[in-house]
Amino acid sequence: MNTVLNVEHLKVRFNSREVIADFCLEIQRGRIYAIVGPNGSGKTTLLRAISRNVRASAGCIYLNGKSIFRMSSKNVARQMAVLSQLHNGMTDATVRELVAYGRFAHREWWQSKTAEDEEIISWSLARTNLSGYDDRRLNTLSGGERQRVWIAMAIAQKPQILLLDEPTTFLDIAHQIETLELIAGLNREEGITILMVLHDINHAAHYADELIVMKNGRLFSRGLPGAVITPDMMREVFGVEADIFPDPETGKPIVRPRKVAK
Amino acid sequence: MHTEAYIRHFTTQKPGLKNRSGWKYFTLFIFAMLVVLAFLLGNYLGTVKIGIPDIIRVIFNDDGSPERSIIWDIRLPRLIVAALVGINLALSGAILQGVMSNPLADPTIIGVSAGAGLAGIIILILFPQHQLMVPMAAFVGAMGAAVLIYILAWKGGIQPLRIILAGVAVAAFLGAGISALMVLFSDRVHGAILFMNGSLSARSWPDVFTILPYSVLGAVIAVFMAERLNILVLGDDTARSLGLNVEATRMGLTAVAALLAASAVSVVGLLGFVGLIIPHATRLLLGTNHRVLFPGAMLLGAAVVMLSDTFARTAFSPTEIPVGIVMAILGVPFFLYLLRR
Repeated sequence: MNTVLNVEHLKVRFNSREVIADFCLEIQRGRIYAIVGPNGSGKTTLLRAISRNVRASAGCIYLNGKSIFRMSSKNVARQMAVLSQLHNGMTDATVRELVAYGRFAHREWWQSKTAEDEEIISWSLARTNLSGYDDRRLNTLSGGERQRVWIAMAIAQKPQILLLDEPTTFLDIAHQIETLELIAGLNREEGITILMVLHDINHAAHYADELIVMKNGRLFSRGLPGAVITPDMMREVFGVEADIFPDPETGKPIVRPRKVAK
Repeated sequence: MHTEAYIRHFTTQKPGLKNRSGWKYFTLFIFAMLVVLAFLLGNYLGTVKIGIPDIIRVIFNDDGSPERSIIWDIRLPRLIVAALVGINLALSGAILQGVMSNPLADPTIIGVSAGAGLAGIIILILFPQHQLMVPMAAFVGAMGAAVLIYILAWKGGIQPLRIILAGVAVAAFLGAGISALMVLFSDRVHGAILFMNGSLSARSWPDVFTILPYSVLGAVIAVFMAERLNILVLGDDTARSLGLNVEATRMGLTAVAALLAASAVSVVGLLGFVGLIIPHATRLLLGTNHRVLFPGAMLLGAAVVMLSDTFARTAFSPTEIPVGIVMAILGVPFFLYLLRR
């Protein structure tokens, strides 16, 4: 079974406005997917529908062949983790306490943490370069460190697929690259399938195996970065005239916007 | 916007003593000592002062002495009611502040006070001959208002902000009803003053058993739901990703908070202060982890209501002042000190 996530004829409606219209998507195990599109194209809504944070008005989403609408919250969480853009509260919690919440879905309400849980928490911390941060309070960490804490919490769920909504927002360029490298490493070394919304098309081209381009709530095109990123696509979807060069090292496309398309 | 204020409030806290876990347990121990002190003081003080050895002796054996009947029939049950009311209101407030992600949440915002107030006033003013019905009517009124607010705020799910707005609207509506009754029947208002301000006057064993089951329920919830509430406070999206059933948790905890507050106000009337300020003070001292916050709020709530009621009963003896007034006068300056320090 190589399909981990399958979105079938998904529709999302806010009042009478259709934000996602008859969307189909198949996500193969072990790959990195980036969803790109202009503001209002429905990319965040698509991710939020898959993570059950907005209600689908029609269609279905299958996780490992089972409808997520018929699965328990914990069962979904054992297979899929989601990193949202905003986090609240509990800023006086320690890093280890927070990462431990990643194990919530793996035990029943009467059980306490097992040695295996502790081991996975330590592994998550090590994997996100947070070893030694165990007792640090969240409110003493920088933005980049905090983002690593949330990623550590997500991978402590031991998911097969990780959904991320613009994981680089609010970060400076060094922390953006650090975060994307970390995500790529998790995919490469741990085999976690990645589905993320990215704003920066160059980041998407560089890190993703496959791009999903959205426009007006519909799939515009999908495929390898080299095939999808074209001057026509940049004009039609993003409304910019752009030059596209191959990266001398990787051969992947680099987008250089020139001006707003008329 | 409320959520942001909540985050900002707690992110600006300086890391310091209160962030050490040993300090947390020490603070909990101090709270527990405060409960013991409040209990002994409440039994000791009064028209007849009864020494601590005598208090302990007469609690454990019925020797037919006048001390026994003062302690057993009057002071002890009243103190227990005070402690349970403190526990229920503080826990209710602690739950609601977490569930609504709002530091200003308290039992008032889910309509419990206004609902209980209107129902209680209707009985006290319109049917004073049925005064014994007040607790039951207040309980029904409190739960009715809470359910009404939940229904009004429901729109394919529950948003904390909508609950808060619906709560303010319903409370204003019911409050208008209370005011109207008090104006129209101004000659009968006197009997309602104690109820409107919260009073433990003449509370005894039956009241203990009215409120006790809810306190037990609350304590069980405090143990088993603390982690879920910690996760819920991380935000709906994150909580859902972690595998929490956000809607069920929020609804269940709101219902428990409503029951806790309704049971308390049905027995002692409208005691506004405890549910807002005790959990808040506890959070300032102990941090936001509900595993520590819940027991802390329960202990502090019990101690503060017992101490305040003892003061209310003895300070201007033989006149009793409503305990709610005492708590506002003594508690608000202390709370402001915590906030400013």
